[in-house]
Amino acid sequence: MPALDATDVAPTPGRGASPRRFGSATALVCRECGATYDLSARYACEECFGPLEVAYDHPPVRRADIEAGPPSLWRYADLLPVPPDPADRPTDLAPGWTRLHRADRLAAELGMRRLWVKDDSGNPTHSFKDRVVAVALTAARTLGLSTVACASTGNLANAVAAAAARAGLRSVVLVPADLEAGKIVSTAAYGGTLVAVEGSYDDVNRLCSEVAFDRADWGFVNVTLRPFYAEGSKTVGYEVAEQLGWRLPDQVVVPVASGSLLTKVDKAWRELGSAGLVEPTPYRVFGAQATGCAPVSRAFAAGLDVVAPVRPATIAKSLAIGNPADGPYALDVARRTGGAVGDVPDEEIVEGIRLLARTEGIFAETAGGVTVAVLRRLLESGQLDPDAETVVLNTGDGLKTLDAVVDVVGPTATIRPSYESFQEVGL
Amino acid sequence: MSVTVRVPTILRTYTKGAAEVTVEGATLADVVAGLDATYPGIGARVLDDEGRLRRFVNVYVDDEDVRFADGLGTPTPAGSTVSVIPAVAGG
Ligand SMILES: Cc1ncc(COP(=O)(O)O)c(C=O)c1O
Ligand SMILES: [Zn+2]
Repeated sequence: MPALDATDVAPTPGRGASPRRFGSATALVCRECGATYDLSARYACEECFGPLEVAYDHPPVRRADIEAGPPSLWRYADLLPVPPDPADRPTDLAPGWTRLHRADRLAAELGMRRLWVKDDSGNPTHSFKDRVVAVALTAARTLGLSTVACASTGNLANAVAAAAARAGLRSVVLVPADLEAGKIVSTAAYGGTLVAVEGSYDDVNRLCSEVAFDRADWGFVNVTLRPFYAEGSKTVGYEVAEQLGWRLPDQVVVPVASGSLLTKVDKAWRELGSAGLVEPTPYRVFGAQATGCAPVSRAFAAGLDVVAPVRPATIAKSLAIGNPADGPYALDVARRTGGAVGDVPDEEIVEGIRLLARTEGIFAETAGGVTVAVLRRLLESGQLDPDAETVVLNTGDGLKTLDAVVDVVGPTATIRPSYESFQEVGL
Repeated sequence: MSVTVRVPTILRTYTKGAAEVTVEGATLADVVAGLDATYPGIGARVLDDEGRLRRFVNVYVDDEDVRFADGLGTPTPAGSTVSVIPAVAGG
């Protein structure tokens, strides 16, 4: 079968037409103008350049069917653009179904009544990116693509390299050369091709977009396969609702880089509400950014619906996207739900990491530090209600960003191996 | 003032499949006008009804996002390369 490619301009009859190749997904629809396209490796509207999103015609989905599914994101396969039969999906590391921890000690410290941490560091490569990659690689396989590629701020690099290794696909990963050593090494370990680019993430992303024009047989998970990729983030929202006993929380705080995760958590909850799987109770969505890369937060504060790009300078490298493609939609969600988008300086990110680790035993990467620190700020400013049930997303693992805390945490004491020496510490 | 334009896949129907075309123009606005003169209709894909760059179009002159420069007023020196790219990012 010839590889499907982004250079197909007219919808090709037959392709995408075979039953249920993409589950109950029916088309790609432009978010801006509503133009529709067949399900293929395309991502931008030919009329207006708007981003394309997967549309569905779901048969009724029941709680019991989901609950009987596997302990991974595939329990929601019926709500994703994937073939229903697991045999038609690549072998993977079964990401998702991560823990939702009640966070009473953090809540007490912040003066909150009921707080939960959705801990996505429990994924196979320790970030929520394993979810989006699982769906994107399934699309790559369905479309007959043999190479998967991405531009990454680090976590996606890990996730693509690992999942491609497991699926037996070739991977080509492009990252900014100045990423944390932990993210470079842990990507390279999987043996795919890793290209370090001397530039910012936004440079890498632009480069990938240009390369994608002429590599029709490669699936760039976050460029050409983006409509599929992005759907994977919905599973964070589904899980939170199911783990709360099939209901929605009052407030959620989500880290924002491109803004995709935030918009997909909202999409997930709206879908569950309209499918009758949860009562459609109101909720407020809050976004979290680092002050050193806060294009969405700035636009929120300024009341704008366009997001002016910035040049990032922050320790939160996983969130260092200065030109966030889904920024306008993240703004829409925050405003529509009565939420907000906030930002915090690097010192507070480090404090946020330490606060979560100290109170809950969860060691987050910088993105989690951003989220906890913004939670605190929004409580202080009165934008977030301390009495309303709140979920914060920890999307990555602190072991990948040791650089951020290496100067501020360390041994309490270093002693000689003698009892006397131990006593001198005064414990 | 010859400028090379890298054409995104979704606009190549206008350029008969060409991935790169050459146009004249001292600023990005001139380049877009020049493109539209040679490939009628392409301008309206890149610009909205008010003549501004569309919300989901990113344009780079020599790899620099024009929103960091002067938008449509950004100079396009002879020999420069203009890239037109659908906005997409996240990773
Ligand atoms: C750990 C972590 N959290 C959150 C995000 C934000 O995701 P999005 O680009 O969907 O806003 C990223 C993205 O790179 C990430 O690596
Ligand atoms: Zn459109």
